[in-house]
Amino acid sequence: MTSAIETRDGLPEKAARIAVILFWTGARVFSIVLVLAAWEILARSGTFTPFQLPALSAVLERIWSDAWSGDLAINTALTLYRALVSFAICAVGGVAIGMAMSRNKIANWFFDPIISVGFPMPKIAFLPVVILWLGVYDVSKITIIVIDAIFPVIAATVIAIQGVERELIWSARNMGANNRELLTQIVLPAALPQIMTGLQVALPLTLIVAVVAEMLMGGYGLGGAMITASRFANSTGVFAGIVEIAVIGYCLVKAMAMLRRRLLIWHQEANEPTTA
Amino acid sequence: MKQFIRYLPLLLLAVTWELAARLELVSNTALPPLSDVILAWVDMIKDGELLTNGASSLYRAGAGLGLSIAIGGVLGITMAWWKPVNVLLAPLVEIFYPLPKSALIPVTVIWLGFGDGSKILLIFLGCMLPVTMGAFNGARSSEQVLVWSARSMGANKLRMLWDVVLPSAMPELLNGIRTALALSFILLVSSELIVAQKGFGFLIGFLGANGSYDAMYAVVLTVAFLGFAADRIYLLILRRTLAWREQTP
Repeated sequence: MTSAIETRDGLPEKAARIAVILFWTGARVFSIVLVLAAWEILARSGTFTPFQLPALSAVLERIWSDAWSGDLAINTALTLYRALVSFAICAVGGVAIGMAMSRNKIANWFFDPIISVGFPMPKIAFLPVVILWLGVYDVSKITIIVIDAIFPVIAATVIAIQGVERELIWSARNMGANNRELLTQIVLPAALPQIMTGLQVALPLTLIVAVVAEMLMGGYGLGGAMITASRFANSTGVFAGIVEIAVIGYCLVKAMAMLRRRLLIWHQEANEPTTA
Repeated sequence: MKQFIRYLPLLLLAVTWELAARLELVSNTALPPLSDVILAWVDMIKDGELLTNGASSLYRAGAGLGLSIAIGGVLGITMAWWKPVNVLLAPLVEIFYPLPKSALIPVTVIWLGFGDGSKILLIFLGCMLPVTMGAFNGARSSEQVLVWSARSMGANKLRMLWDVVLPSAMPELLNGIRTALALSFILLVSSELIVAQKGFGFLIGFLGANGSYDAMYAVVLTVAFLGFAADRIYLLILRRTLAWREQTP
């Protein structure tokens, strides 16, 4: 099939198409390269001291040596472990609470004001309280991350289930679906797009809070490594930390978007042109 | 009455807190009774500690957020309006958008020190991209029919920007600002907890280190309440601004 198209298109058109693709890829990469080059040149020109802005090459060297010494792997693994365990708790717990709220009047009565007051609160302020209760190890880090990131999941689940079309539920009931079948085969799939949106809000939050918690409590982890570096006025270490955390954040967000596309391949949004 | 029943769970939580602490079900260091916390709050209001620290926190959040709205909004609309800018900036936005903004805390300290400047810069950097994305998505989605009719009625580019693109960008822009508002509080408190000499976050850390936990709880609850109140007030403004739309969020 493809070969037929290629022969019909002929060479010049194909070349033009490749040129167009190359041009746009080049344009996309151009600004990133520009910024990286500007960073290196600015740092080397002496406009800033190496403390204010270490050269990109120095930062990369530092990341390279961290990678070889194994520090990078340990810190990344710990930060990811904390963020992802919390994310899993938020996903399971948030969807469960959201479902309970939309199926059970008492659960709704109890949780609704807590969600509506708690959602907009800066829950990170409770971090010292959590430290007071649970210490400075993984349990308290995971707890504060869950406290921060579970609200968007609950809210999205409640709204999603409210928005499921009545006709779908009626017809399933008509065809004799029991409550469990209704939930797993109709309500959850129909609510999935919005639940996924809630999860996509929660995921970056888990990383933000994980980094703050690590910075405040110290120890291993990317945030902890950054704050240690900054205490020793080691700004190369600080910038290396930012680059590492940025890469991880980017990969996680992209992975989540891919997961969404896979899970929702049956949904009409998969056919719409995506922007993200 | 309806409101009372609606918010009864919060009251129940407060009563549980008070009882658990008074009956010593949990240690009073970990959870001082709510009444003590309220007394500590009144004390701190009286001696002005809460107000001076609060004022400097709100100044930081306001300045950072204001800058991010002004610059982020203009940036987003320019990106939607003018293609070369979009080609140039979109990859940067895509890369920096998922960056956990709290990672910038030590860098802003390296650049601007321990005072107001580093917090304002952090909040500005952290809040700018949600505003930019909101403005960009909103301005890009302005209906072609509206754009065409405005053009056929002889509107010039500037008028179109003002009369067509900006109003249709408004809903998404305002939603972006709401995200930024929540983020500004998170960044403010985290950066003040980690390095500061005044502000809510500093006060929380300071009181916690001194062991005056009732006062610490009072400040924590104050910050939480302010974040909640800011969101509610913003929501009111948002509903009013968007009242001309057929359905409001």
